[in-house]
Amino acid sequence: MTNPADLTLAQLRDALKKKETTSLEATDAYLARIEKAKPLNAFITTTADKARDMAKASDTKLAKGEGGDLEGVPLGIKDLFCTEGVLTTAASHILDGFTPRYESTVTSNLWRDGAVCLGKLNLDEFAMGSSNETSFYGNVINPWRREGDDTALTPGGSSGGSSAAVAARLCAAATATDTGGSIRQPASLTNTVGVKPTYGRVSRWGIVAFASSLDQAGPVAQDVRDAAVMLKSMAGPDPKDSTCINRPVPDYEAVLGQSLKGMKIGVPKEYRLDGMPEEIEKLWAQGIDWMKDAGCEIVDISLPMTKYALPVYYIVAPAEASSNLARYDGVKYGHRAKDYTDILSMYENTRAEGFGDEVKRRILIGTYVLSAGYYDAYYLRAQKVRKKIFDEFTDAFSKVDLILTPSTPSAAFALGEKSDDPVQMYLNDVFTVTGNLAGLPGASVPAGYDKQGLPLGLQLLARPFDEETMFKGMYAIEQAAGATKRPAEWWA
Amino acid sequence: MSIDKDTVRKVAHLARIAEPEERLEPLAKEISGILDWIEQLNEVDVEGVEAMASTVDVTLPMREDVCQDGPTGGGQPDNVVANAPKTEDHFFVVPKVVE
Repeated sequence: MTNPADLTLAQLRDALKKKETTSLEATDAYLARIEKAKPLNAFITTTADKARDMAKASDTKLAKGEGGDLEGVPLGIKDLFCTEGVLTTAASHILDGFTPRYESTVTSNLWRDGAVCLGKLNLDEFAMGSSNETSFYGNVINPWRREGDDTALTPGGSSGGSSAAVAARLCAAATATDTGGSIRQPASLTNTVGVKPTYGRVSRWGIVAFASSLDQAGPVAQDVRDAAVMLKSMAGPDPKDSTCINRPVPDYEAVLGQSLKGMKIGVPKEYRLDGMPEEIEKLWAQGIDWMKDAGCEIVDISLPMTKYALPVYYIVAPAEASSNLARYDGVKYGHRAKDYTDILSMYENTRAEGFGDEVKRRILIGTYVLSAGYYDAYYLRAQKVRKKIFDEFTDAFSKVDLILTPSTPSAAFALGEKSDDPVQMYLNDVFTVTGNLAGLPGASVPAGYDKQGLPLGLQLLARPFDEETMFKGMYAIEQAAGATKRPAEWWA
Repeated sequence: MSIDKDTVRKVAHLARIAEPEERLEPLAKEISGILDWIEQLNEVDVEGVEAMASTVDVTLPMREDVCQDGPTGGGQPDNVVANAPKTEDHFFVVPKVVE
């Protein structure tokens, strides 16, 4: 048979159940690819021995006709999820040598269902970034290149390792997290499917915290079906996370292919930006036509608060980060500075050495906007504007079932191209960040290519906890677009 | 609003990050740039709007007041200090705080 690492997750799952291949064969095939793909720098840690042990255990179960929904399927795990006994870095120097004594709920759920751990995937440091250029472990390189040009491009961020690994078929699927677009933006730049579920759908326990009121975990996958299978396994109530909602998880795979007839699709005029590449405008128009063809009614909507979403995000997220990252002080885990004179200089030097520039910048902004005298002017005002954004979406979703927008304002850009100007970099998340502020589910689906052959995605946003409708829409876009190209394997 | 070098020094101290003198000026410039961009929020009328705390409408779930099993339970001092740079008898060791 063909290389098991060429199958989608769902195909591999089915092939394993039918005993057409074994988990060990699939695991070895992926490990061989990971070895060859070193130039992509997608993995921080590979766990080959652990993977083979887990694969053998899965094969024993599969031989007996037993096993969970993901039995024997090899996955990559964003290195923001704590994994028991496996180095967990958040791509930061400050977590040097940290090997958790516990397992995050999401990864526990995946192992419960039989998945195999191939290793830990690279990301922006503490998930702060949109290009994967802030990792202590170096940049991840996008497997995609412009036609006839070998400039290194970004795979997006912060889940750049996840998106690159899935695009290059180094794992069947990957876990990821999204605080302002960190699942959907990299998925869009790498021709993969990225799903950010409703805030509260997936437990955040054991995931290194960035901005607690915005962070949500989800999958990056090869296609919509794979994303549905992954989300079902990752999601669910968790008594260890009080923000995780206690409601049953639907079978997302079961809704794929259901009719969209009569559904109302909102198209917000404020997402039409000045200077946006014409190709993205065209793709969006194409997406609208696909939805019409599927029997949907297109409804023009207005979300005037959209322009304030990024500024709100860049107050709320750093504020929460400055608080969450206070725990990295060289006392409980990770790096401790060698040179200090007293406890205060131990904290200060440890944090100066351990954090990268982007993380420090955000901690300083967060500390500033929360400080006495500025709290009301910045933080409180931002939380009020956030409420207005939320209300606007609630109102929009009383008229429409889904909202369709582009995923990103451009295709993948070159590494280094935007890293000098933080505000320019932040604008990458302009279409995705509202979903986090309002807690909505959102997804990016591959929908086409620009004139240089680079992938472009379309985004769907849905009502809170209505991922099923979102998956129906995603599947329709996927079927209509047929954007299933794979990158040339220049690294192999 | 622009912030100056002294403000950065003060904020860095509050955040417990040692920033060398030569970084203060560039940081003041970068942070001012971001804050200037954030200033556009002043255009929004937020009169009477309640500040948002959560996107999901739920009350905080309560647990039984009993010691849990597993990683959230007690009685695991070895696990708690396992990753610390310096420990002694299940305590975290830091430089002397009181002379």
